[in-house]
Amino acid sequence: MRSRILAMGAAVMLLAACTPAPKEATKIADPGTEVSGTVELWHFFTDREAAAIDTVIKDFTASHPKITVNVKSGQDDGKVTQAIGAGTGPDVGLSYSTDIVGKFCSSGAWVDLNQYIQRDKVDLAKLNATTRQYTEFDGKRCAMPFLADAYGLFYNKDMFAKAGIAGPPKTLDELTEDAKKLTVKNADGTLKTVGFLPLSDFYENSAAHLAPMVGAKWLTDDGKSAIGADPAWKTLLTWQKQLVDFYGYANLVKFKASLGDEFSADNAFQKGQVAINIDAEFRLAFLADQAPKLQYGVAPLPTSDPARYGGGYVTGNILGISKNAKNPEAAWELIKYLTTDDKAIAKLAELIKNVPTTTATLADPKLTGDPNFKVFLDIFANPNSSTTPPSKSGPAYQETFGQFLTEWQSGKVKDLDAGLADADKKVNGVMQLGG
Amino acid sequence: MRWKRNLTTLSFLAPMLIGIGVFFLYPLASAVYFSFTEFDLLSVPEWVGLDNYRKMADDPFLLQSVQNTLWMVVVFVPVRIVSAIGLSMLLARLKRGAGFFRTVFYLPALAPPVAATIAFVYLLKPGTGPVNTFLEHLGLDGPLWFNSPAWAKPSLVLLGLWGIGDIMIIFLAAVLGVPESLYEAAALDGANAWHRFRYVTLPTIQPVILFAAVTGVIYTLQYFDQAAVAGAIASGNATTGGGITSSFGYPEGSTFTYPLWLYTVGFSYSALGYANAMAVALFVAALAVTVILLKRSKAFAGEAEA
Repeated sequence: MRSRILAMGAAVMLLAACTPAPKEATKIADPGTEVSGTVELWHFFTDREAAAIDTVIKDFTASHPKITVNVKSGQDDGKVTQAIGAGTGPDVGLSYSTDIVGKFCSSGAWVDLNQYIQRDKVDLAKLNATTRQYTEFDGKRCAMPFLADAYGLFYNKDMFAKAGIAGPPKTLDELTEDAKKLTVKNADGTLKTVGFLPLSDFYENSAAHLAPMVGAKWLTDDGKSAIGADPAWKTLLTWQKQLVDFYGYANLVKFKASLGDEFSADNAFQKGQVAINIDAEFRLAFLADQAPKLQYGVAPLPTSDPARYGGGYVTGNILGISKNAKNPEAAWELIKYLTTDDKAIAKLAELIKNVPTTTATLADPKLTGDPNFKVFLDIFANPNSSTTPPSKSGPAYQETFGQFLTEWQSGKVKDLDAGLADADKKVNGVMQLGG
Repeated sequence: MRWKRNLTTLSFLAPMLIGIGVFFLYPLASAVYFSFTEFDLLSVPEWVGLDNYRKMADDPFLLQSVQNTLWMVVVFVPVRIVSAIGLSMLLARLKRGAGFFRTVFYLPALAPPVAATIAFVYLLKPGTGPVNTFLEHLGLDGPLWFNSPAWAKPSLVLLGLWGIGDIMIIFLAAVLGVPESLYEAAALDGANAWHRFRYVTLPTIQPVILFAAVTGVIYTLQYFDQAAVAGAIASGNATTGGGITSSFGYPEGSTFTYPLWLYTVGFSYSALGYANAMAVALFVAALAVTVILLKRSKAFAGEAEA
């Protein structure tokens, strides 16, 4: 009997060892205290991009000689989550996904940075407004934006000239019209080239990236699904289905199935199989490398209402301090440097070819020199740009709605209003699984 | 004296016991414990009783994932066993080149599942893949395979049949192990080929069929890698890291298996308490199927002997 109790005790202790300990309150240093020691930074970059990080870290240690930075590259969110849960989280984590912000803020896995921001009088107004949205949750600022991506429209200039179209479409109606003109069919009626491929599961066509076209809202203020209540979604979906029906759903599926992978040299836009495509500024580097002869232009996303033209979808990488950081002061010093020092940010943006996150760096002549890149800088700064709001259940609401979209475009959903109401229910159902 | 002998026995059993304890009983116990909590890996688990199990009723994707997994169990497991028996019967008959063909049919089982799946999806890719190009030469309009909701699961079954080597080799050993004297006796009684198979081969290899059925069901209930990779590659936006769950189930949720949903809920939506409840439910289902199969086969064997 006693041995059984002992065994149960041991089992309980084992259970406890692998689960997170209650959070301790962190005290921050007085203003002006000199910061020193070692700080560990985990990031997800590899190869060329990891080297770019190292360059900027070298600049940091040169200006902060008392701080040593220990960099570990190639660490994804899963590893960071497990390390924080097990009590061995890195001082600073760099994540590729804003989807973790809701969870990391609400659980306290990343500490609230407000205390440091107020102490050091950091002016958050100098950060791009959209990036401020996706780095805080429920009033807690537990992350800072580290470079960003802006999504816009890529269009094939040769194909536009051939079809007699002067410039990129600015409204959804123009997009439909141009898409029809640019489409070429084979003798047997199958699609040869497509003006714009409207399927929601094609490349970067997810609802998140399309939402700025109509200014659609994802979540209500209390974190529930706003999809059924916002008529903008209905506008977007009606428009999309009309274009799908123009091609025929089965034709599109067949055409899409024959296209190359998005992140390969066979990307359909790069091969001239689609004339208009939604993509982010990082495509510019792919085009220069894999399709240098392609004549293309870039533009903001077309919109339902011409007054809202100029924006697009914005997202980015984020930095935060683990609750079990060994040296939170040095961690904050590093984050402050990487996310508010204009020179450091401009250098990173240039090396990694992403959009910089402070308003001052957006005007940096080194970045604005390339007219195509400038378009994305403008989209990024445009007030009509939007992002996906952080949520405790990460991308659950987006992926659940994505499932609905595949049913909608295939024609399985007959009544859009009823379908959207049902999608609302599903989104809320999935979001509450984590409690 | 006696406890000393017990201790000696125990010390020999220790590696196995520790292994079972650390890698099976402990994880199982913690999974059951976590299934009664609200847990996200980051904060302290909070006891919520049966809440996670109750939530299953309102889970909009649970039914879909269960249906897909059941489809795989009902179709894939029998097809795999029948094909493995058929293949091993053919291989057992080969007089010449037996070693060569056994190797050829076994080899695919050595291919890592992820690599094999990627290769399969590209071979079957509509438009550019060699299989549909070949079919076109024959004047046939090939299906969309992994890009069609109707064909995606059958394509996964094909992929599974290609890698049938592991179970085939066990059946081959069983078929070759049937005593020749039984066949001779049956032949003397005037049994034809079908009779010999039905009344000699089949009863003799029955334990192996049972083994294949039990392991097959457990394997299929946990079907994850191939479905995840096939969905990601066929969707045309294979990503690493973050966004992987967005292509799960492609196309139109047809390859969305129970373990894929479990993974998504747990690691992407951070509902680990609920994911643990799903894992416990899966364990109970697998255990139940195993027990039923074992019981039924005992009844079978008893009847045969009587």
